[in-house]
Amino acid sequence: MSIEFRGVRKAFPDGTVAVEDFSLVIPSRTTTVLLGSSGCGKTTLLRMVNRMVDPSAGTVLIDDEDVAAVDPVALRRRIGYVMQNSGLLPHRRVADNIATVPRLNGVAKDAARERALQLMDTVGLDRSLADRYPAQLSGGQQQRVGVARALAAEPNILLMDEPFGAVDPIVRAELQQELIRLRRELEKTVVFVTHDVDEAFLLGDQVVLLQRGGRIAQAGTPAEILANPASDFVADFVGAGRGRRSLRVEEIDGVLVVVDADGRPAGVLADEARTAPGSATRGNRAQ
Amino acid sequence: MSVFLEALAWLFSPERLGAGGIPQRIGEHLWFTLIAFALASAIAVPLGYLVGHTGRGREVAVAVAGAARALPSFGLILLLVMLVGVLQIGAAVTAALVILAIPSILAGAYAGIEAIDRRTIDAARAVGMTEWQVLTRVEIPLGLPLLLSGMRNGVLQIVATATLAGYVGLGGLGDDILQGIALRNYPQTLGGALLVVALALVLDGVFAVLERVAVPHGVRKRGGALPRSSSASRTPAASAAN
Ligand SMILES: Nc1ncnc2c1ncn2[C@@H]1O[C@H](COP(=O)(O)OP(=O)(O)O)[C@@H](O)[C@H]1O
Ligand SMILES: [Mg+2]
Repeated sequence: MSIEFRGVRKAFPDGTVAVEDFSLVIPSRTTTVLLGSSGCGKTTLLRMVNRMVDPSAGTVLIDDEDVAAVDPVALRRRIGYVMQNSGLLPHRRVADNIATVPRLNGVAKDAARERALQLMDTVGLDRSLADRYPAQLSGGQQQRVGVARALAAEPNILLMDEPFGAVDPIVRAELQQELIRLRRELEKTVVFVTHDVDEAFLLGDQVVLLQRGGRIAQAGTPAEILANPASDFVADFVGAGRGRRSLRVEEIDGVLVVVDADGRPAGVLADEARTAPGSATRGNRAQ
Repeated sequence: MSVFLEALAWLFSPERLGAGGIPQRIGEHLWFTLIAFALASAIAVPLGYLVGHTGRGREVAVAVAGAARALPSFGLILLLVMLVGVLQIGAAVTAALVILAIPSILAGAYAGIEAIDRRTIDAARAVGMTEWQVLTRVEIPLGLPLLLSGMRNGVLQIVATATLAGYVGLGGLGDDILQGIALRNYPQTLGGALLVVALALVLDGVFAVLERVAVPHGVRKRGGALPRSSSASRTPAASAAN
């Protein structure tokens, strides 16, 4: 399912303008990452999709249908939403948390539990955790439960708001890889919010770099953004300008080794790369 | 000390068992308490939930609760008896007890909801719960311990104040106490007072247990460990993913 923002604006009652004028098309079955520093309006934009926030102006369309015309409760039940803090219900066991939406939709208890257990497999959670309470899980496990809950209603759209922001780097890397796997298997339209450039480039088919007020600094594939930063702000944010992402090739003992700006090896140049058009040895723009 | 012994003697003398005796007085006392508690809850709980769920009217609720708490209970009873008239003394006393218990129960009801992590409630709404489902499946269960704690205060207030029902000739344990004062029968007064204390302690204990039972499984107690679910203790954390 495609999502389109058409000239949306959000001014909160206290006068804060979180989003000034935002337009974007998110194609079906792709992952779009909204990237930006804290406070630039990412969460506000994301929550407009499931009507947790209603825009002050403009429209949000899902498959060309204005969400404002859809009952918010029905809309939310068919959109998966993963929150940074997992947002699990503390008084419900893991399996019941995962089964929340199917149960709300009237699925029988046994069937919902069976589905919850399958989803635990899907997100890589041991079934023995099904009867635990959220507080008895690690942060990473809680996030997996959050993802499983979001998948339970078999939504076509998955909204993820810094879902891995609160877990340690190793678990985060693991969860990112799981998400990449899941995405291949499930073919959903994913909108992913993060302030982490590496995460954005790892996960996004399309990356939308935002500035305060939800202004788009640049939108494109990670490669496009790296190759052609639209402004100094973009270059700086993605690290191209600071040389953080500039790699160069050095020949060591006859082997081409890719090293980073500090001269630390990042890898070995693959054989195909040497003969690729526009040979990699030219290095990237930042050099 | 001898007054104390005499009070005990009064309490346990066989004459106390007949008509107008202790069981009847306790029954009357509990009856007032129950009626007043039920009415106060019927008013204060929905109101408190409304305030807690919508977040609207909180200032009003706090002000009302504070003002009502400052009311002198005896004065309130006399005032209501005068207003409602001597013919409906029962209604006047009950109304006074209800008014006295409302602040605690109201505060317990809305504080219980207010104390819940906003993100939990936001998440419940975001997955597609209706407002009613958010209230009944998330806010009420998670707010129950604080509601019961408010009810506990309210019920103690009623039990203590119901003693004053004796003043307007309605019976209850206050009857024995006041009669004792009038007759200068201090063992009787003390005996009656002891019974009120005992009743209050029993009710307090009942609510203490209820409060504990009402803490939902999975919700961490202040400073305490999590309640272990049977399966959790069977499953070593090491077997878990990540
Ligand atoms: N409910 C709200 N009321 C008032 N201001 C808000 C509200 N939610 C967010 N904001 C403000 O809107 C701006 C954007 O917030 P948000 O969308 O949460 O940013 P991000 O997710 O990128 O950190 C911030 O300045 C924030 O303080
Ligand atoms: Mg945010």
